[in-house]
Amino acid sequence: MDVGLFGQYVMNGLMLGMMYALVAVGFTLYFGVLDVINFSHGDVLTVGAFAGLATYLGLSEIGVSWAPAQLAGVLVVATVCMAVLGAAIAKYLVLPLKAAPPLNTLLLTLMLGTVLHEAIRLFYPLGANPQRFPPLLPTQAYSFGNFTLRIDNVMLLLAGLGVIVGIHLVINKTKLGLAIRAVAQDEETAKTMGINFTLIVLITFAIGSGLAAFAGILHGLYYGEINFAMGLLLGVIGFSSAIVGGLGNIYGAIIGGFLFAALQTIGVVAMPFPSAYKDVFAFTVIILIMAWRPTGLISEKISERV
Amino acid sequence: MGSARAVIVSMLPGIGSAVAVTVYVILLLAVESQAAIAALLAAGVIAVLAAVRFGGMARIGRSFAEREDALHVVIVLAVLALTGFFYEDHFVLLLVATVIIYVIACLGLNLQFGYAGMLNFAGAAFFGVGCYTAAVLTRNTPMPHLLILVAGGVMAAVIGSLLILPVLRTRSHYSAVVTIAFALLFKIFLEVNDTLGGPQGLRVDGMNVLGWEFNDNIEIGDDFEVAFYVNYIVVGLIVLALAFTFVRRLERSWVGLNLDAIRLDETAAACFGLNITRWKITAFTLGNFLIGVAGALYAMMLGFIAPTNFTFGDSLILVSIVLLGGIGNPWGLVVATTILIILPEKLQVIQEYRFLLFGAMVILILLFRPEGLLPRPLRTYLPGWQPK
Repeated sequence: MDVGLFGQYVMNGLMLGMMYALVAVGFTLYFGVLDVINFSHGDVLTVGAFAGLATYLGLSEIGVSWAPAQLAGVLVVATVCMAVLGAAIAKYLVLPLKAAPPLNTLLLTLMLGTVLHEAIRLFYPLGANPQRFPPLLPTQAYSFGNFTLRIDNVMLLLAGLGVIVGIHLVINKTKLGLAIRAVAQDEETAKTMGINFTLIVLITFAIGSGLAAFAGILHGLYYGEINFAMGLLLGVIGFSSAIVGGLGNIYGAIIGGFLFAALQTIGVVAMPFPSAYKDVFAFTVIILIMAWRPTGLISEKISERV
Repeated sequence: MGSARAVIVSMLPGIGSAVAVTVYVILLLAVESQAAIAALLAAGVIAVLAAVRFGGMARIGRSFAEREDALHVVIVLAVLALTGFFYEDHFVLLLVATVIIYVIACLGLNLQFGYAGMLNFAGAAFFGVGCYTAAVLTRNTPMPHLLILVAGGVMAAVIGSLLILPVLRTRSHYSAVVTIAFALLFKIFLEVNDTLGGPQGLRVDGMNVLGWEFNDNIEIGDDFEVAFYVNYIVVGLIVLALAFTFVRRLERSWVGLNLDAIRLDETAAACFGLNITRWKITAFTLGNFLIGVAGALYAMMLGFIAPTNFTFGDSLILVSIVLLGGIGNPWGLVVATTILIILPEKLQVIQEYRFLLFGAMVILILLFRPEGLLPRPLRTYLPGWQPK
């Protein structure tokens, strides 16, 4: 294989990995503070992408046609709306089930995901069809042999990287991050230290869901198309990535996301079977990794409670 | 056990409720106008609420607990009566057969997480394994069709055993991701490979037992024809009766007791010397077997299968049925399956919105009645024993 084509695959893999990592970070944040899996996360991403699209259409309608302003509007509206949605999910659906078996929360959020994407399918105008997502970034491209470097892809990649670094700083350098880490480590002790547990949970869900909205817009800008069902696969991949990395560990989630994208790329490039099998290959490897390291690559530091 | 008179008296509430429910379901299936259906549904809900309020439900439950075996026969008769009433209505009979087959599959799922507490989000995938096994075997081998039912189950169990190691080594969320990954992997695999028909799916031959073609309408005399689905209802009922009896016996036996112990507290169960690995493998394999048998029967009835029948969404519907019915209670499954399958078909208004409504319904149940419609009763060893 020549270098240009190889570069193309790497670039594509990095983009996918960035999206998966953003989704996986959300899963791992929720698990950290509340020990729950919020499976509606993938569909929150879809709703975020659709909210962004609706904002774009609304802005075009009132005559705002300068692309950077549109992009800013799309990002702000989608992220804020999803942050509110995420906090609402935590307050009204997840926290009330805190004492119930984990299966109940898992099922509830799975069903919530179904409700969210069905709502888009039924109530968004022509929601059952794929929707075109506008290219809001400059689309110049430079060719180096077989390798085409598109400016918008580079910008997306840098933006994703920026968000991940931002999350890292928030979690590790701010008082809010300290509170989140404290709640994740020990809820009871955190409460006795005067941390408002419910508030921290809501904020964490808001952050995670905002990230999902960002990933959804990234997805829309990269593929130029969004549809109501895209959240399920992205959600499952993000969840698998978070699990493989080790739930509750942000770096594990990021590694897991890029690992999954790498597996898909390897499935396309280096395996003898047709490229349509890439997901089958990736999921098989995930199952094998789970058999080998049952609590993920970077495992949680917890003791068995009897 | 008392005199014959006492036996009959104790059975009366059970028989009465069976007759009432049968008549109600016949009415529901027979009426066509949406307003009438809505009225009937409202009446049904009010009747059930009234029964709960005035202690009728408790009496019916006691009757079932005391005379379980005899009342099972009554219920089989009720289903046959229902079938007889609609003998030439293909659509209604297809619904009845589908309900029966789904109950069989959910019994398998119930074994896995009702008793052993093992999550399985790949129910539709194992169902699909049964379907594809039936498709391949009916088209390519002369294997007797009743054996194919068993083969479907065995294949599902064998494929399930590939997942045993990761499922056993992982816990709760981690093991959920294994089955979810498998469910997605299975559907993608079916769609992209060519030997199993790809996205177009496969044709399946109808069942044929000793020369009796199941997919031909039964003609009696010159002008009396019975829809062919009756064949599948009869076979389905037989399989269901076997599976139901098996699951009930298993629940009552020390195997069921071990499974309950493992679900409630794995560490404590291990401390008392239970072999957790063995019982988890048993429950997982038996459950997948039942799901596979149901799949094989379903494929032969439909005559055509495609990957879109086995999505992750379908797995979720199976899980919702178990949860809605009341985890661990086989009777709850029957009620929940009937509601979830018949309601959207009859109430055309909600057909389009059914996934939305299912989702909302399950969320409400989880929030307000997490034990399900018919919660699992306490384990009883003496007929008619009541908790003090």
